[in-house]
Amino acid sequence: MPVSTHVNGAKIWQLRNRNQTLSRWAGYLAAVAIFMWCWQRISEATTWFFVWDAPRIAADIGSRAWPPRWSYMDKLWGPLWDTLNMATLSTVLALFMAVPVAFLAARNTTPSALFVRPVALFIIVATRSINSLIWALLLVAIIGPGVFAGLMAIAFRSIGFCAKLLYEAIEEIDEKQVEAITATGASRWQVVAYGIVPQIMPAFAGISVFRWDINIRESTVLGLVGAGGIGLQLQSSLNTLAWPQVTLILIVILLAVIVGEWVSAKVRGAIM
Amino acid sequence: MTAVTLDDRLGRSWQKPHLIANPALRWGLFIGALVYVVLAVGSIDINWSRVAEGLSRGWAFVTAFFNPDFVSRGGDIFDGIVESVIITITSTVVGIAISVPIGLGAARNIAPLPVYLVCRGIVALSRALNEIIVAILLVAIFGFGPLAGFLTLSFATIGFMSKLLAEDIEEMSKVQAEAIRATGSSWLQWINYGVQPQVMPRLIGLSMYRLDINFRESAVLGLVGAGGIGATLNTAFDRYEFDTAAAILLIIIVTVMALEYLSGIIRAKVQ
Repeated sequence: MPVSTHVNGAKIWQLRNRNQTLSRWAGYLAAVAIFMWCWQRISEATTWFFVWDAPRIAADIGSRAWPPRWSYMDKLWGPLWDTLNMATLSTVLALFMAVPVAFLAARNTTPSALFVRPVALFIIVATRSINSLIWALLLVAIIGPGVFAGLMAIAFRSIGFCAKLLYEAIEEIDEKQVEAITATGASRWQVVAYGIVPQIMPAFAGISVFRWDINIRESTVLGLVGAGGIGLQLQSSLNTLAWPQVTLILIVILLAVIVGEWVSAKVRGAIM
Repeated sequence: MTAVTLDDRLGRSWQKPHLIANPALRWGLFIGALVYVVLAVGSIDINWSRVAEGLSRGWAFVTAFFNPDFVSRGGDIFDGIVESVIITITSTVVGIAISVPIGLGAARNIAPLPVYLVCRGIVALSRALNEIIVAILLVAIFGFGPLAGFLTLSFATIGFMSKLLAEDIEEMSKVQAEAIRATGSSWLQWINYGVQPQVMPRLIGLSMYRLDINFRESAVLGLVGAGGIGATLNTAFDRYEFDTAAAILLIIIVTVMALEYLSGIIRAKVQ
């Protein structure tokens, strides 16, 4: 901690010395400059008249959207069931694909750290960095619109997430148990089944429920690109400007998300 | 004389214990899950002829990944990526700037109860609404363009950062904060010297992580007209220009990988 001396000889405590302060200010200046440039670009691309008009538009949409059209609910049960199925089945499917990838990616179980591990890590990053809506867009173009495309889209998106968390859990296991099982003369598969799997089981259950919760959120919007579920209803209501129906759908989605999060929190609380 | 085997002397051979000890619960859960899966799979109608038809297109996409076309739509791709990056940077900065006070308010050991409840309410609202849905509403209100995307991602960032920041503050060591308090510091000084140093490493790590998430999300906001690379990507898919789509996806993947690598370095440095 630097100390500077006042003119009258008193010592003043400072957090940083002059050079540190200067370099900090230079950093802040650069950051502000970048931010202002970005902001200017956004500002150029914006029609400010619409923005100043926004409160009136928002009030207008709000007045049309209320009250929600409750009678539309009986047309929503089917899509809601599809949405739930999409979330659940895709989580199951994703776990089937994520487990081998995780074992290939973990440093202590991978067959070859030089060749196999980078491939597994690439699968994890690639599936994780592509949003499920983009996967859905791609799969709708390939296998046609419908629940199946949405299901596959979420499943692909979930592989990276599940595999990443799972391989981190595998790398953190207690090696002593693995050694003990190996010492009994167990085969490679027996070591995995009795030495590693019991140790990662709680993490595995936690991850799957956590991902299921996220997948419910994701599956509610996939319909926007034609991949089935309640998003399809949302899209058609938006296209026909049926705002009371939009309100009802948003309420249903919100409830589904809250219920999903509650279930997931309860299950994870019971496991951990 | 009957043969006495080793198993008789030792008793029953060892069996792996079941995951769920209660047999009724075990079989109930198993049968319930089976019935659900059968019902769920039954309610999905897969048009296999359409799938078979599409497989050739799927193969075309896979091959397109090996010779992506960066050039023929190069201008559009460049503009889209720049817009995505701009949305990412601004929304992360603004989102974090707003989420710091809300995070302070949502920590029970710092904030009084009314402030706590209000801040937790904001966090819950922001987390419950999907980004795409927020983007649709904001596009309807503010018109097409990156402003809607910027506002959407700032809103989403607030929920994410405030929640994690508040949890971190709630777990901090009381001793340090109390020591600063005891010097007669004002509230602001107390936060600045007692609380902030304890949560700063985590805050920086989370900011980098959120930057990464915001970039990924900004790539899809274009689908609903909120600016960024998504609109270009959507057009490429609609016109079956898989080589351009593959180029865009590769750019996204490489950027995300670079960001992840960078955030790893920064986090290792601050922690």
